[in-house]
Amino acid sequence: MATKSFKNYLPLFFMLIPGIIYFVLFCYVPMLGIVIAFKDYHLMEGIADSPWVGMKYFNQLFSDPYFYTVLKNTLLISLMKLFFGFPMPILFAVLLNEIRLAKFKRFVQTASYLPHFISWIALAGILESILSLDGTVNSIFAFIGLDPIMFLSEPGYFRAVLVISDIWKEFGWGAIIYFAAIAGVDNSLHEAAAIDGATRLQRIRYITLPGIAFMVVIMLILSMANILNAGFDQIFNLYNSAVMEVSDIVDTYMYRVGIQQVQYSLSTALGIFKSVVALVLIVVTNRLAKKLDSDYSTLW
Amino acid sequence: MRRNSSLGDYIFEVFNYVVMALLLIVTLFPFWNQALISLSSREHLYSLGTLWYPKSFNFDSYIAIFHYDAIWRGYWNTIVRTVLGTALSILFTALTAYPLAKSKLPINKPITFFILFTMLFSGGLIPSYLLIKGLGLMNSIWALILPGLIGPVNVFIIRNYFRSLPVELEESAVIDGASHLKIFFRISLPLSAPILATVALWVGVAHWQAWYDVFLYITDTKKWVLQSVIRRILIENRPQDLLGAATQVFGETNAVDPRQMEAAVVMISILPMLFIYPFLQRYFVTGLVHGAVKG
Repeated sequence: MATKSFKNYLPLFFMLIPGIIYFVLFCYVPMLGIVIAFKDYHLMEGIADSPWVGMKYFNQLFSDPYFYTVLKNTLLISLMKLFFGFPMPILFAVLLNEIRLAKFKRFVQTASYLPHFISWIALAGILESILSLDGTVNSIFAFIGLDPIMFLSEPGYFRAVLVISDIWKEFGWGAIIYFAAIAGVDNSLHEAAAIDGATRLQRIRYITLPGIAFMVVIMLILSMANILNAGFDQIFNLYNSAVMEVSDIVDTYMYRVGIQQVQYSLSTALGIFKSVVALVLIVVTNRLAKKLDSDYSTLW
Repeated sequence: MRRNSSLGDYIFEVFNYVVMALLLIVTLFPFWNQALISLSSREHLYSLGTLWYPKSFNFDSYIAIFHYDAIWRGYWNTIVRTVLGTALSILFTALTAYPLAKSKLPINKPITFFILFTMLFSGGLIPSYLLIKGLGLMNSIWALILPGLIGPVNVFIIRNYFRSLPVELEESAVIDGASHLKIFFRISLPLSAPILATVALWVGVAHWQAWYDVFLYITDTKKWVLQSVIRRILIENRPQDLLGAATQVFGETNAVDPRQMEAAVVMISILPMLFIYPFLQRYFVTGLVHGAVKG
Protein backbone atom coordinates (compact mmCIF):
# COMPACT_ATOMS: atom_id res chain seq x y z
CA MET A 1 0.00 0.00 0.00
CA ALA A 2 2.69 2.44 1.02
CA THR A 3 4.83 1.66 -2.02
CA LYS A 4 1.81 1.94 -4.29
CA SER A 5 0.87 5.42 -3.05
CA PHE A 6 4.53 6.43 -3.26
CA LYS A 7 4.55 5.30 -6.88
CA ASN A 8 1.39 7.29 -7.50
CA TYR A 9 2.97 10.40 -6.10
CA LEU A 10 6.31 10.00 -7.81
CA PRO A 11 5.37 12.10 -10.89
CA LEU A 12 4.15 14.85 -8.55
CA PHE A 13 7.51 14.86 -6.74
CA PHE A 14 9.25 15.23 -10.08
CA MET A 15 7.06 18.22 -10.93
CA LEU A 16 8.22 19.87 -7.72
CA ILE A 17 11.91 19.54 -8.50
CA PRO A 18 12.38 22.70 -10.63
CA GLY A 19 10.58 24.76 -7.98
CA ILE A 20 12.67 23.31 -5.16
CA ILE A 21 15.89 23.99 -7.06
CA TYR A 22 14.73 27.54 -7.68
CA PHE A 23 13.90 28.28 -4.04
CA VAL A 24 17.09 26.68 -2.76
CA LEU A 25 19.32 28.49 -5.21
CA PHE A 26 17.74 31.93 -5.29
CA CYS A 27 16.23 32.20 -1.79
CA TYR A 28 17.99 29.82 0.62
CA VAL A 29 21.53 30.21 -0.70
CA PRO A 30 21.33 34.03 -0.27
CA MET A 31 19.95 33.38 3.23
CA LEU A 32 23.11 31.44 4.01
CA GLY A 33 25.01 34.32 2.44
CA ILE A 34 24.20 36.46 5.44
CA VAL A 35 27.29 34.97 7.12
CA ILE A 36 29.12 37.68 5.16
CA ALA A 37 27.95 40.10 7.84
CA PHE A 38 29.89 38.14 10.47
CA LYS A 39 33.06 37.97 8.41
CA ASP A 40 35.67 40.31 6.99
CA TYR A 41 34.69 39.62 3.43
CA HIS A 42 37.51 39.84 0.93
CA LEU A 43 36.77 39.42 -2.73
CA MET A 44 39.91 37.40 -3.31
CA GLU A 45 39.36 34.90 -0.49
CA GLY A 46 35.67 34.23 -1.07
CA ILE A 47 33.04 33.78 1.62
CA ALA A 48 34.35 30.52 3.11
CA ASP A 49 37.95 31.65 3.58
CA SER A 50 37.28 35.16 4.86
CA PRO A 51 38.02 35.46 8.61
CA TRP A 52 35.20 35.53 11.17
CA VAL A 53 34.82 38.83 13.01
CA GLY A 54 31.72 38.18 15.11
CA MET A 55 29.52 41.22 15.65
CA LYS A 56 32.09 43.75 14.41
CA TYR A 57 29.94 45.05 11.56
CA PHE A 58 26.78 45.17 13.62
CA ASN A 59 28.63 47.22 16.24
CA GLN A 60 29.96 49.47 13.52
CA LEU A 61 26.47 49.86 12.05
CA PHE A 62 24.66 50.53 15.31
CA SER A 63 27.32 52.93 16.65
CA ASP A 64 27.19 55.07 13.51
CA PRO A 65 24.90 58.06 14.10
CA TYR A 66 24.11 58.12 10.38
CA PHE A 67 22.35 54.74 10.73
CA TYR A 68 19.85 56.44 13.01
CA THR A 69 19.36 59.26 10.52
CA VAL A 70 18.58 56.66 7.87
CA LEU A 71 16.27 54.75 10.21
CA LYS A 72 14.49 57.94 11.22
CA ASN A 73 14.01 58.93 7.55
CA THR A 74 12.68 55.49 6.69
CA LEU A 75 10.16 55.45 9.53
CA LEU A 76 9.15 59.07 9.08
CA ILE A 77 8.56 58.83 5.32
CA SER A 78 6.77 55.49 5.72
CA LEU A 79 4.52 56.71 8.50
CA MET A 80 3.73 59.94 6.65
CA LYS A 81 2.77 57.92 3.58
CA LEU A 82 0.63 55.66 5.76
CA PHE A 83 -1.00 58.46 7.73
CA PHE A 84 -1.92 60.62 4.74
CA GLY A 85 -2.02 57.95 2.05
CA PHE A 86 -4.00 55.21 3.77
CA PRO A 87 -7.36 57.05 4.02
CA MET A 88 -7.25 58.30 0.41
CA PRO A 89 -8.30 55.10 -1.42
CA ILE A 90 -11.11 54.59 1.09
CA LEU A 91 -12.39 58.13 0.68
CA PHE A 92 -12.07 57.89 -3.08
CA ALA A 93 -13.87 54.54 -3.30
CA VAL A 94 -16.73 55.69 -1.08
CA LEU A 95 -17.24 58.96 -2.95
CA LEU A 96 -16.89 57.46 -6.42
CA ASN A 97 -19.42 54.82 -5.46
CA GLU A 98 -21.98 57.60 -5.01
CA ILE A 99 -21.54 58.85 -8.59
CA ARG A 100 -24.57 57.85 -10.63
CA LEU A 101 -23.33 58.65 -14.12
CA ALA A 102 -21.95 55.21 -14.97
CA LYS A 103 -19.73 56.40 -17.81
CA PHE A 104 -18.16 59.20 -15.78
CA LYS A 105 -17.66 56.82 -12.87
CA ARG A 106 -15.94 54.26 -15.07
CA PHE A 107 -13.72 56.89 -16.68
CA VAL A 108 -12.60 58.37 -13.36
CA GLN A 109 -11.87 54.91 -12.02
CA THR A 110 -9.84 53.90 -15.07
CA ALA A 111 -7.94 57.19 -15.09
CA SER A 112 -7.13 56.82 -11.40
CA TYR A 113 -5.23 53.58 -12.12
CA LEU A 114 -3.05 55.17 -14.77
CA PRO A 115 -0.16 56.47 -12.58
CA HIS A 116 0.18 53.03 -11.00
CA PHE A 117 1.24 51.64 -14.38
CA ILE A 118 3.95 54.23 -14.97
CA SER A 119 7.43 53.53 -13.62
CA TRP A 120 8.98 55.81 -11.02
CA ILE A 121 11.71 56.60 -13.55
CA ALA A 122 9.24 58.16 -16.00
CA LEU A 123 7.36 59.77 -13.12
CA ALA A 124 10.59 61.20 -11.70
CA GLY A 125 11.18 62.75 -15.11
CA ILE A 126 7.68 64.21 -15.07
CA LEU A 127 8.06 65.51 -11.52
CA GLU A 128 11.38 67.15 -12.35
CA SER A 129 9.78 68.84 -15.32
CA ILE A 130 6.73 70.02 -13.39
CA LEU A 131 8.51 71.06 -10.19
CA SER A 132 11.66 72.62 -11.66
CA LEU A 133 12.28 76.36 -11.45
CA ASP A 134 10.78 76.98 -14.89
CA GLY A 135 8.26 74.17 -14.48
CA THR A 136 4.52 74.26 -14.32
CA VAL A 137 4.06 74.76 -10.60
CA ASN A 138 6.57 77.58 -10.34
CA SER A 139 5.10 79.24 -13.45
CA ILE A 140 1.76 79.30 -11.68
CA PHE A 141 3.45 80.59 -8.53
CA ALA A 142 5.07 83.37 -10.54
CA PHE A 143 1.72 84.20 -12.14
CA ILE A 144 0.03 84.69 -8.77
CA GLY A 145 3.05 86.49 -7.34
CA LEU A 146 4.64 83.80 -5.17
CA ASP A 147 8.36 83.14 -4.89
CA PRO A 148 9.59 80.05 -6.74
CA ILE A 149 10.39 76.95 -4.69
CA MET A 150 13.03 74.34 -5.48
CA PHE A 151 10.82 71.44 -4.43
CA LEU A 152 13.28 68.71 -5.32
CA SER A 153 16.39 70.19 -3.72
CA GLU A 154 15.07 71.88 -0.62
CA PRO A 155 15.06 69.60 2.44
CA GLY A 156 12.01 71.36 3.87
CA TYR A 157 9.83 70.35 0.92
CA PHE A 158 11.32 67.12 -0.33
CA ARG A 159 9.55 64.71 2.01
CA ALA A 160 6.23 66.36 1.21
CA VAL A 161 6.96 65.83 -2.50
CA LEU A 162 7.65 62.14 -1.79
CA VAL A 163 4.45 61.68 0.21
CA ILE A 164 2.17 63.59 -2.15
CA SER A 165 3.53 62.03 -5.33
CA ASP A 166 3.23 58.57 -3.79
CA ILE A 167 -0.39 59.20 -2.85
CA TRP A 168 -1.04 60.54 -6.33
CA LYS A 169 0.47 57.41 -7.92
CA GLU A 170 -1.30 54.81 -5.80
CA PHE A 171 -4.65 56.11 -4.49
CA GLY A 172 -6.66 54.80 -7.45
CA TRP A 173 -5.03 51.41 -7.48
CA GLY A 174 -5.36 51.11 -3.70
CA ALA A 175 -9.09 51.77 -4.02
CA ILE A 176 -9.75 48.56 -6.00
CA ILE A 177 -9.98 46.44 -2.88
CA TYR A 178 -12.50 48.87 -1.39
CA PHE A 179 -14.59 48.99 -4.57
CA ALA A 180 -14.88 45.24 -4.23
CA ALA A 181 -15.78 45.50 -0.55
CA ILE A 182 -18.43 48.14 -1.29
CA ALA A 183 -19.86 46.00 -4.09
CA GLY A 184 -20.24 43.24 -1.52
CA VAL A 185 -22.49 45.35 0.71
CA ASP A 186 -26.09 44.12 0.56
CA ASN A 187 -27.97 46.45 -1.75
CA SER A 188 -31.30 45.87 0.02
CA LEU A 189 -29.88 47.79 2.99
CA HIS A 190 -29.50 50.86 0.78
CA GLU A 191 -32.98 50.43 -0.67
CA ALA A 192 -34.55 50.07 2.75
CA ALA A 193 -32.69 53.11 4.04
CA ALA A 194 -33.75 55.15 1.01
CA ILE A 195 -37.38 54.25 1.62
CA ASP A 196 -37.00 55.30 5.26
CA GLY A 197 -35.76 58.67 4.00
CA ALA A 198 -32.06 58.38 4.86
CA THR A 199 -29.86 60.98 3.14
CA ARG A 200 -26.82 60.02 1.06
CA LEU A 201 -24.44 60.95 3.83
CA GLN A 202 -26.42 58.95 6.35
CA ARG A 203 -26.32 55.92 4.09
CA ILE A 204 -22.56 56.29 3.68
CA ARG A 205 -22.14 56.70 7.42
CA TYR A 206 -24.39 53.83 8.52
CA ILE A 207 -24.26 51.34 5.64
CA THR A 208 -21.22 51.75 3.36
CA LEU A 209 -18.59 52.52 5.97
CA PRO A 210 -19.58 49.76 8.41
CA GLY A 211 -19.73 47.43 5.41
CA ILE A 212 -16.08 48.00 4.53
CA ALA A 213 -14.73 48.68 8.05
CA PHE A 214 -13.41 45.17 8.31
CA MET A 215 -11.42 45.41 5.10
CA VAL A 216 -10.04 48.76 6.27
CA VAL A 217 -8.74 47.26 9.51
CA ILE A 218 -7.17 44.29 7.71
CA MET A 219 -5.46 46.54 5.17
CA LEU A 220 -4.17 48.82 7.91
CA ILE A 221 -2.69 45.93 9.86
CA LEU A 222 -1.07 44.43 6.78
CA SER A 223 0.41 47.75 5.69
CA MET A 224 2.19 47.98 9.03
CA ALA A 225 4.33 45.04 7.92
CA ASN A 226 5.85 47.23 5.20
CA ILE A 227 6.97 50.01 7.47
CA LEU A 228 10.67 49.61 6.57
CA ASN A 229 9.88 49.87 2.84
CA ALA A 230 9.69 53.62 2.43
CA GLY A 231 9.77 53.43 -1.38
CA PHE A 232 13.18 52.62 -2.87
CA ASP A 233 12.22 53.08 -6.54
CA GLN A 234 10.72 56.47 -5.88
CA ILE A 235 13.43 57.87 -3.63
CA PHE A 236 16.39 56.44 -5.51
CA ASN A 237 15.20 58.13 -8.70
CA LEU A 238 14.26 61.44 -7.10
CA TYR A 239 16.80 62.22 -4.40
CA ASN A 240 20.05 64.17 -4.76
CA SER A 241 22.86 65.28 -2.49
CA ALA A 242 20.95 68.40 -1.41
CA VAL A 243 18.13 66.38 0.15
CA MET A 244 19.93 63.19 1.10
CA GLU A 245 19.94 64.15 4.77
CA VAL A 246 16.12 63.98 4.86
CA SER A 247 15.48 61.21 2.33
CA ASP A 248 18.20 58.59 2.65
CA ILE A 249 16.37 55.40 3.65
CA VAL A 250 17.51 51.89 4.61
CA ASP A 251 17.31 50.58 1.03
CA THR A 252 19.13 53.48 -0.62
CA TYR A 253 21.80 53.42 2.10
CA MET A 254 22.19 49.65 1.70
CA TYR A 255 22.81 50.13 -2.03
CA ARG A 256 25.38 52.89 -1.59
CA VAL A 257 27.29 51.14 1.20
CA GLY A 258 27.19 47.74 -0.47
CA ILE A 259 27.39 48.23 -4.21
CA GLN A 260 28.92 51.69 -4.55
CA GLN A 261 31.38 51.61 -1.64
CA VAL A 262 31.85 47.82 -1.86
CA GLN A 263 31.49 47.34 1.92
CA TYR A 264 29.76 44.00 1.51
CA SER A 265 29.84 42.98 5.18
CA LEU A 266 28.45 46.24 6.52
CA SER A 267 25.70 46.35 3.89
CA THR A 268 24.77 42.74 4.63
CA ALA A 269 24.52 43.56 8.35
CA LEU A 270 22.08 46.33 7.45
CA GLY A 271 20.18 43.85 5.28
CA ILE A 272 19.91 41.40 8.18
CA PHE A 273 18.63 44.16 10.45
CA LYS A 274 15.93 44.94 7.89
CA SER A 275 15.00 41.30 7.29
CA VAL A 276 14.70 40.54 11.00
CA VAL A 277 12.49 43.56 11.67
CA ALA A 278 10.35 42.63 8.65
CA LEU A 279 10.07 39.04 9.89
CA VAL A 280 8.81 40.18 13.30
CA LEU A 281 6.38 42.64 11.71
CA ILE A 282 4.94 40.07 9.28
CA VAL A 283 4.42 37.49 12.01
CA VAL A 284 2.81 39.98 14.39
CA THR A 285 0.54 41.61 11.79
CA ASN A 286 -0.60 38.27 10.40
CA ARG A 287 -1.41 37.02 13.90
CA LEU A 288 -3.44 40.18 14.42
CA ALA A 289 -5.31 39.81 11.13
CA LYS A 290 -5.98 36.17 11.88
CA LYS A 291 -7.28 37.01 15.34
CA LEU A 292 -9.79 39.41 13.85
CA ASP A 293 -11.03 36.97 11.28
CA SER A 294 -10.75 33.22 11.59
CA ASP A 295 -11.70 32.90 7.90
CA TYR A 296 -8.84 35.11 6.88
CA SER A 297 -6.24 32.73 5.51
CA THR A 298 -3.30 35.10 5.44
CA LEU A 299 0.05 33.40 5.35
CA TRP A 300 -0.75 30.30 7.36
CA MET B 1 -34.38 56.84 -6.13
CA ARG B 2 -34.67 60.43 -7.26
CA ARG B 3 -37.83 61.24 -5.38
CA ASN B 4 -36.03 60.85 -2.06
CA SER B 5 -33.43 63.47 -2.93
CA SER B 6 -33.34 66.19 -0.34
CA LEU B 7 -31.49 69.50 -0.62
CA GLY B 8 -28.65 67.96 1.36
CA ASP B 9 -28.39 65.15 -1.14
CA TYR B 10 -28.35 67.63 -3.98
CA ILE B 11 -25.50 69.60 -2.40
CA PHE B 12 -23.61 66.40 -1.76
CA GLU B 13 -24.12 65.33 -5.35
CA VAL B 14 -22.73 68.58 -6.74
CA PHE B 15 -19.83 68.54 -4.29
CA ASN B 16 -19.03 64.95 -5.21
CA TYR B 17 -18.96 65.63 -8.95
CA VAL B 18 -16.71 68.63 -8.40
CA VAL B 19 -14.30 66.63 -6.23
CA MET B 20 -14.16 63.78 -8.73
CA ALA B 21 -13.63 66.16 -11.63
CA LEU B 22 -10.76 67.85 -9.76
CA LEU B 23 -9.27 64.46 -8.97
CA LEU B 24 -9.49 63.53 -12.62
CA ILE B 25 -7.66 66.71 -13.62
CA VAL B 26 -4.97 66.23 -10.98
CA THR B 27 -4.42 62.65 -12.10
CA LEU B 28 -4.24 63.35 -15.81
CA PHE B 29 -2.69 66.82 -15.89
CA PRO B 30 0.97 65.73 -15.51
CA PHE B 31 0.65 63.45 -18.55
CA TRP B 32 -1.21 66.07 -20.60
CA ASN B 33 1.44 68.59 -19.60
CA GLN B 34 4.28 66.33 -20.76
CA ALA B 35 2.49 65.70 -24.06
CA LEU B 36 2.16 69.45 -24.62
CA ILE B 37 5.79 70.19 -23.72
CA SER B 38 6.97 67.46 -26.07
CA LEU B 39 4.81 68.75 -28.94
CA SER B 40 5.05 72.54 -28.62
CA SER B 41 7.33 74.57 -30.77
CA ARG B 42 10.17 76.16 -28.94
CA GLU B 43 8.93 79.73 -28.64
CA HIS B 44 5.83 78.56 -26.80
CA LEU B 45 7.61 76.20 -24.47
CA TYR B 46 7.80 78.59 -21.56
CA SER B 47 4.55 80.48 -21.90
CA LEU B 48 1.90 79.79 -19.31
CA GLY B 49 -0.77 78.91 -21.84
CA THR B 50 1.26 75.97 -23.06
CA LEU B 51 0.59 74.37 -19.70
CA TRP B 52 -3.06 73.86 -20.53
CA TYR B 53 -3.61 73.72 -24.28
CA PRO B 54 -1.43 73.36 -27.38
CA LYS B 55 -0.43 76.65 -29.00
CA SER B 56 1.61 75.08 -31.73
CA PHE B 57 2.84 71.71 -32.93
CA ASN B 58 6.35 70.56 -33.53
CA PHE B 59 7.46 66.95 -33.86
CA ASP B 60 11.22 67.58 -33.88
CA SER B 61 11.90 65.87 -30.57
CA TYR B 62 10.05 62.76 -31.72
CA ILE B 63 11.94 62.75 -35.01
CA ALA B 64 15.20 62.95 -33.09
CA ILE B 65 14.17 60.09 -30.81
CA PHE B 66 13.19 58.07 -33.84
CA HIS B 67 16.83 58.24 -34.90
CA TYR B 68 18.18 57.37 -31.46
CA ASP B 69 18.95 53.65 -31.58
CA ALA B 70 19.39 53.14 -27.83
CA ILE B 71 15.69 53.72 -27.17
CA TRP B 72 14.57 51.15 -29.71
CA ARG B 73 17.18 48.65 -28.59
CA GLY B 74 15.89 49.26 -25.06
CA TYR B 75 12.35 48.64 -26.21
CA TRP B 76 13.38 45.39 -27.83
CA ASN B 77 15.27 44.25 -24.72
CA THR B 78 12.29 45.14 -22.53
CA ILE B 79 9.93 43.16 -24.76
CA VAL B 80 12.26 40.14 -24.79
CA ARG B 81 12.67 40.06 -21.01
CA THR B 82 8.96 40.66 -20.44
CA VAL B 83 7.75 37.95 -22.80
CA LEU B 84 10.38 35.35 -21.93
CA GLY B 85 10.34 36.17 -18.23
CA THR B 86 6.57 36.07 -17.94
CA ALA B 87 6.16 32.86 -19.94
CA LEU B 88 8.79 31.00 -17.90
CA SER B 89 7.45 32.45 -14.65
CA ILE B 90 3.93 31.23 -15.32
CA LEU B 91 5.10 27.81 -16.46
CA PHE B 92 7.27 27.13 -13.42
CA THR B 93 4.95 28.77 -10.91
CA ALA B 94 2.01 26.67 -12.10
CA LEU B 95 4.20 23.56 -12.27
CA THR B 96 5.11 24.07 -8.61
CA ALA B 97 1.52 24.85 -7.65
CA TYR B 98 0.08 21.71 -9.26
CA PRO B 99 1.49 19.07 -6.86
CA LEU B 100 0.80 21.35 -3.89
CA ALA B 101 -2.87 21.51 -4.87
CA LYS B 102 -3.09 17.81 -3.97
CA SER B 103 -3.55 17.99 -0.22
CA LYS B 104 -2.91 14.24 0.06
CA LEU B 105 0.64 14.60 -1.25
CA PRO B 106 2.78 13.31 1.65
CA ILE B 107 5.36 16.14 1.68
CA ASN B 108 2.80 18.87 0.99
CA LYS B 109 3.07 20.57 4.39
CA PRO B 110 6.88 20.76 4.61
CA ILE B 111 7.18 21.97 1.00
CA THR B 112 4.50 24.60 1.62
CA PHE B 113 6.42 25.86 4.63
CA PHE B 114 9.67 25.70 2.66
CA ILE B 115 8.13 28.09 0.10
CA LEU B 116 6.31 30.18 2.68
CA PHE B 117 9.48 30.84 4.63
CA THR B 118 11.01 32.67 1.65
CA MET B 119 8.28 35.29 2.11
CA LEU B 120 9.27 35.80 5.72
CA PHE B 121 13.01 36.14 5.46
CA SER B 122 15.45 37.02 2.71
CA GLY B 123 19.19 37.25 2.45
CA GLY B 124 18.99 40.79 1.18
CA LEU B 125 20.82 42.76 -1.48
CA ILE B 126 24.46 41.74 -1.14
CA PRO B 127 24.13 37.94 -0.87
CA SER B 128 21.81 37.96 -3.92
CA TYR B 129 24.20 40.20 -5.81
CA LEU B 130 27.17 37.95 -5.01
CA LEU B 131 25.14 34.89 -6.03
CA ILE B 132 24.43 36.32 -9.47
CA LYS B 133 28.08 37.23 -9.81
CA GLY B 134 29.13 33.78 -8.60
CA LEU B 135 26.84 32.05 -11.08
CA GLY B 136 28.46 34.03 -13.87
CA LEU B 137 25.18 35.66 -14.84
CA MET B 138 26.47 39.23 -15.00
CA ASN B 139 25.46 40.81 -18.32
CA SER B 140 23.13 37.90 -19.05
CA ILE B 141 19.39 38.15 -19.55
CA TRP B 142 19.05 35.23 -17.09
CA ALA B 143 20.11 37.58 -14.28
CA LEU B 144 16.86 39.42 -14.98
CA ILE B 145 14.64 36.35 -15.33
CA LEU B 146 15.84 33.67 -12.91
CA PRO B 147 16.02 35.51 -9.54
CA GLY B 148 12.27 36.30 -9.56
CA LEU B 149 11.14 33.27 -11.56
CA ILE B 150 8.68 31.85 -9.00
CA GLY B 151 6.80 34.21 -6.71
CA PRO B 152 5.68 32.43 -3.53
CA VAL B 153 2.42 34.37 -3.33
CA ASN B 154 1.64 33.44 -6.93
CA VAL B 155 2.29 29.77 -6.19
CA PHE B 156 -0.34 29.85 -3.45
CA ILE B 157 -2.85 31.82 -5.52
CA ILE B 158 -2.57 29.38 -8.43
CA ARG B 159 -2.60 26.40 -6.04
CA ASN B 160 -5.87 27.65 -4.54
CA TYR B 161 -7.34 28.02 -8.00
CA PHE B 162 -6.29 24.48 -8.98
CA ARG B 163 -8.00 23.23 -5.82
CA SER B 164 -11.24 24.92 -6.83
CA LEU B 165 -11.38 23.06 -10.15
CA PRO B 166 -13.90 20.15 -10.34
CA VAL B 167 -12.13 16.92 -9.36
CA GLU B 168 -14.33 14.80 -11.66
CA LEU B 169 -12.47 16.01 -14.75
CA GLU B 170 -9.16 14.91 -13.36
CA GLU B 171 -10.52 11.62 -12.08
CA SER B 172 -11.92 10.66 -15.45
CA ALA B 173 -8.60 11.62 -17.06
CA VAL B 174 -6.80 9.34 -14.60
CA ILE B 175 -9.15 6.48 -15.52
CA ASP B 176 -8.31 7.11 -19.16
CA GLY B 177 -4.68 6.63 -18.19
CA ALA B 178 -3.47 10.22 -18.44
CA SER B 179 -0.27 11.10 -16.58
CA HIS B 180 -0.06 14.01 -14.15
CA LEU B 181 2.02 15.99 -16.61
CA LYS B 182 -0.66 15.46 -19.25
CA ILE B 183 -3.43 16.45 -16.83
CA PHE B 184 -1.42 19.54 -15.91
CA PHE B 185 -1.00 20.71 -19.50
CA ARG B 186 -4.34 19.52 -20.92
CA ILE B 187 -6.76 20.15 -18.06
CA SER B 188 -5.40 22.26 -15.20
CA LEU B 189 -3.66 24.95 -17.24
CA PRO B 190 -6.49 25.60 -19.76
CA LEU B 191 -9.14 25.65 -17.03
CA SER B 192 -7.10 28.08 -14.97
CA ALA B 193 -6.71 30.62 -17.76
CA PRO B 194 -8.37 33.46 -15.80
CA ILE B 195 -6.02 33.29 -12.83
CA LEU B 196 -3.01 32.58 -15.04
CA ALA B 197 -3.82 35.67 -17.09
CA THR B 198 -3.99 37.75 -13.92
CA VAL B 199 -0.71 36.45 -12.53
CA ALA B 200 0.90 36.84 -15.97
CA LEU B 201 -0.15 40.47 -16.01
CA TRP B 202 1.31 41.14 -12.56
CA VAL B 203 4.57 39.48 -13.54
CA GLY B 204 4.55 41.13 -16.96
CA VAL B 205 4.04 44.64 -15.61
CA ALA B 206 6.79 44.06 -13.04
CA HIS B 207 9.15 42.99 -15.85
CA TRP B 208 8.14 45.93 -18.01
CA GLN B 209 8.92 48.41 -15.25
CA ALA B 210 12.00 46.69 -13.79
CA TRP B 211 15.28 48.56 -13.87
CA TYR B 212 17.13 47.91 -10.58
CA ASP B 213 18.28 44.42 -11.61
CA VAL B 214 19.57 45.84 -14.91
CA PHE B 215 21.26 48.61 -12.94
CA LEU B 216 22.99 46.00 -10.74
CA TYR B 217 23.77 43.20 -13.17
CA ILE B 218 23.98 44.58 -16.71
CA THR B 219 26.94 46.83 -17.47
CA ASP B 220 26.80 46.41 -21.24
CA THR B 221 24.59 49.31 -22.31
CA LYS B 222 23.61 47.47 -25.50
CA LYS B 223 21.67 45.04 -23.27
CA TRP B 224 19.86 47.74 -21.32
CA VAL B 225 16.09 47.77 -21.12
CA LEU B 226 13.99 50.82 -21.93
CA GLN B 227 13.76 51.94 -18.29
CA SER B 228 17.55 51.94 -17.99
CA VAL B 229 17.95 53.97 -21.18
CA ILE B 230 15.44 56.62 -20.11
CA ARG B 231 16.92 56.60 -16.60
CA ARG B 232 20.26 57.71 -18.02
CA ILE B 233 18.57 60.56 -19.85
CA LEU B 234 16.07 61.67 -17.20
CA ILE B 235 17.64 60.82 -13.85
CA GLU B 236 21.38 60.77 -14.46
CA ASN B 237 20.97 63.85 -16.67
CA ARG B 238 23.07 62.50 -19.47
CA PRO B 239 21.05 63.27 -22.58
CA GLN B 240 24.20 63.98 -24.65
CA ASP B 241 23.82 60.91 -26.87
CA LEU B 242 20.22 61.76 -27.57
CA LEU B 243 21.01 65.41 -28.25
CA GLY B 244 23.81 64.16 -30.50
CA ALA B 245 21.25 62.17 -32.46
CA ALA B 246 19.14 65.33 -32.76
CA THR B 247 22.14 67.30 -33.99
CA GLN B 248 22.76 64.69 -36.66
CA VAL B 249 19.16 64.67 -37.81
CA PHE B 250 18.72 68.44 -37.97
CA GLY B 251 22.30 69.31 -38.88
CA GLU B 252 22.71 71.87 -36.11
CA THR B 253 23.39 71.76 -32.38
CA ASN B 254 20.63 72.78 -29.99
CA ALA B 255 18.01 72.04 -32.63
CA VAL B 256 15.71 70.72 -29.93
CA ASP B 257 15.28 72.00 -26.39
CA PRO B 258 16.58 69.39 -23.90
CA ARG B 259 13.50 69.82 -21.76
CA GLN B 260 11.27 69.12 -24.71
CA MET B 261 13.38 66.13 -25.59
CA GLU B 262 13.01 64.73 -22.07
CA ALA B 263 9.26 65.15 -22.20
CA ALA B 264 9.18 63.29 -25.52
CA VAL B 265 11.28 60.49 -23.99
CA VAL B 266 8.77 60.21 -21.16
CA MET B 267 5.89 60.08 -23.62
CA ILE B 268 7.56 57.45 -25.82
CA SER B 269 8.20 55.28 -22.78
CA ILE B 270 4.68 55.45 -21.35
CA LEU B 271 2.59 55.38 -24.54
CA PRO B 272 2.31 51.58 -24.88
CA MET B 273 1.18 51.23 -21.28
CA LEU B 274 -1.22 54.15 -21.71
CA PHE B 275 -3.04 52.36 -24.52
CA ILE B 276 -2.88 48.84 -23.16
CA TYR B 277 -3.77 49.12 -19.49
CA PRO B 278 -7.45 50.15 -19.83
CA PHE B 279 -8.10 46.90 -21.69
CA LEU B 280 -6.25 44.79 -19.19
CA GLN B 281 -7.64 46.27 -16.03
CA ARG B 282 -10.41 43.71 -15.82
CA TYR B 283 -7.83 40.99 -15.17
CA PHE B 284 -5.92 43.11 -12.70
CA VAL B 285 -9.01 43.93 -10.75
CA THR B 286 -10.44 40.42 -10.41
CA GLY B 287 -7.02 39.01 -9.67
CA LEU B 288 -6.17 41.59 -7.04
CA VAL B 289 -9.40 40.94 -5.23
CA HIS B 290 -8.98 37.19 -5.55
CA GLY B 291 -5.41 37.37 -4.31
CA ALA B 292 -6.07 39.70 -1.42
CA VAL B 293 -9.08 37.85 -0.12
CA LYS B 294 -7.87 34.32 -0.59
CA GLY B 295 -4.08 34.67 -0.75
